[in-house]
Amino acid sequence: MSVDAATVRRIAHLARIAVTEAEVPHLQGELNAMLAFVEQLSEVNVDGVEPMTSVTPMEMKKRADVVNDGEIPDDIVGNAPETQNHFFLVPKVVE
Amino acid sequence: MTDLTSLTIAEAREGLASKSFTSLELTDAHLTAIEAARSLNAFILETPDQARAMARAVDAKIARGEGGPLAGIPLGIKDLFATRDVRTTACSKILGNFVPSYESTVTSQLWRDGAVMLGKLNNDEFAMGSSNETSCFGPVVNPWRREGSNTTLVPGGSSGGSASAVAALLCMGATATDTGGSIRQPAAFTATVGVKPTYGRCSRWGIVAFASSLDQAGPIARTNRDAAILMRSMAGHDPKDTTSVDRPVPDYEAAIGKSVKGMKIGIPKEYRLDGMPAEIEKLWTEGAAWLRAAGAELVEVSLPHTKYALPAYYIVAPAEASSNLARYDGVRYGLRVPGRSIGELYENTRADGFGHEVRRRVMIGTYVLSAGYYDAYYLRAQKVRTLIKKDFEDCFAKGVNAILTPATPSAAFGVGEKGGADPVEMYLNDIFTVTVNMAGLPGIAVPAGKDAQGLPLGLQLIGRPFDEETLFSLGEVIEQAAGRFTPPKWW
Repeated sequence: MSVDAATVRRIAHLARIAVTEAEVPHLQGELNAMLAFVEQLSEVNVDGVEPMTSVTPMEMKKRADVVNDGEIPDDIVGNAPETQNHFFLVPKVVE
Repeated sequence: MTDLTSLTIAEAREGLASKSFTSLELTDAHLTAIEAARSLNAFILETPDQARAMARAVDAKIARGEGGPLAGIPLGIKDLFATRDVRTTACSKILGNFVPSYESTVTSQLWRDGAVMLGKLNNDEFAMGSSNETSCFGPVVNPWRREGSNTTLVPGGSSGGSASAVAALLCMGATATDTGGSIRQPAAFTATVGVKPTYGRCSRWGIVAFASSLDQAGPIARTNRDAAILMRSMAGHDPKDTTSVDRPVPDYEAAIGKSVKGMKIGIPKEYRLDGMPAEIEKLWTEGAAWLRAAGAELVEVSLPHTKYALPAYYIVAPAEASSNLARYDGVRYGLRVPGRSIGELYENTRADGFGHEVRRRVMIGTYVLSAGYYDAYYLRAQKVRTLIKKDFEDCFAKGVNAILTPATPSAAFGVGEKGGADPVEMYLNDIFTVTVNMAGLPGIAVPAGKDAQGLPLGLQLIGRPFDEETLFSLGEVIEQAAGRFTPPKWW
């Protein structure tokens, strides 16, 4: 399988990465090189094979459903580019 | 006392215990070495004040007889590990000036045991790379050069800063991480020892995530013994990482020097690649002979799905990366590039903040997870992964204790030499190491010789799950036979 220019633009949008028109052909070439490389997996017989979900056999751990951390809003917003009163600021979302 | 930097951790531990020198003296010697080696670009942040403060505090403890297993040992920390109040960027522009208010579990255990932090080490952006050329801080220089040549060589990646700094005697050991070979490949390129532990052995908490089902932290050091010493402090159960395994941490150092007599070592025929350099082939044969001389039994084994590990990896790892890196949105931390809408803000921030390799992997990961392609790519790759793991299980079930392979298909190469036209050329570096991550197994790279141009080459040993001890025993046999390799100082 390979991707065309329209698919490259669609993937970029899904990934939320702005891509200029000039970058599309180059990206298309690189993505297709990767897809050509992984194409060899189609020759493996995977009938009846379970997909891996955990590389080490282990039971899903669960912790008690209690608050065990928090009250650190200064730390949480400490690295944010724009904040106000412990809120993250973003461009207007709702008109 | 400039020669303090050439001590091993084990030697320094003795010197500190016998009061031959203090941790402050040891730390200062390394800080001076780091300053003189800035041209290697291994450290992207030096923390001399913190290092001296930590050293003084640990000296006081040693005087009271309270020093831990790593008391006073100066280490470098890969920039993927969150360090409290010290900038942590994963060498990505998108994290900007991120300063964590918390400490990764692995590094907190090193400080608990008395180690001293010298600074943060360079790596490929988000650990995506095999040459340390994708770092936003620029490439790291390998202290090794071809004989009679000034060509700048890469130290491998993604833990290139860790490997370069340990090889160049800038720190006594370093933390590193390995998703497809990022500890073992740079170790092989710099004649250092690199350990990728069993998945779940070290906590991933506080380590910037790349591909969560493959990522594992481990040490890079100059000897097997030093790597074993570091491993004991780094490993252990952590309730904050649900994939970390709750089982006791053995005294890995006790495995150093232990007899390997009667062990069954597998030589996988699928690792004998067409066009493999004769020097690598020779090194592999030599390594097998050393183990045989030490009493091990060498057997040919088959790992039939080996060739599919790398293509399966390049579906699974980017898929997980695209999910993990979704958090970099320009809102909660790091870089923010404005836009007219929040959508534009995300897109502009991520376009400017991610480097080319990261952008490419996030995009391929997004594609293989997207509607209509998930089964054909991601699900199939995860099935292939089950087969790769089964290959190893079948092999171990036949009584094989460990598997010996080359660590890399070549020695270190020049900056800018690979991957320019086709990204796959760079990816092939990890062909011998990536199977281990796909199967969650432990692997170690140990220096074993040099090529005709005087560059180091390494061998890899792959072990049963949670049997790092056998790898240390076998690694030590190779170290004793091959000797140690130090680059001549030119920087």
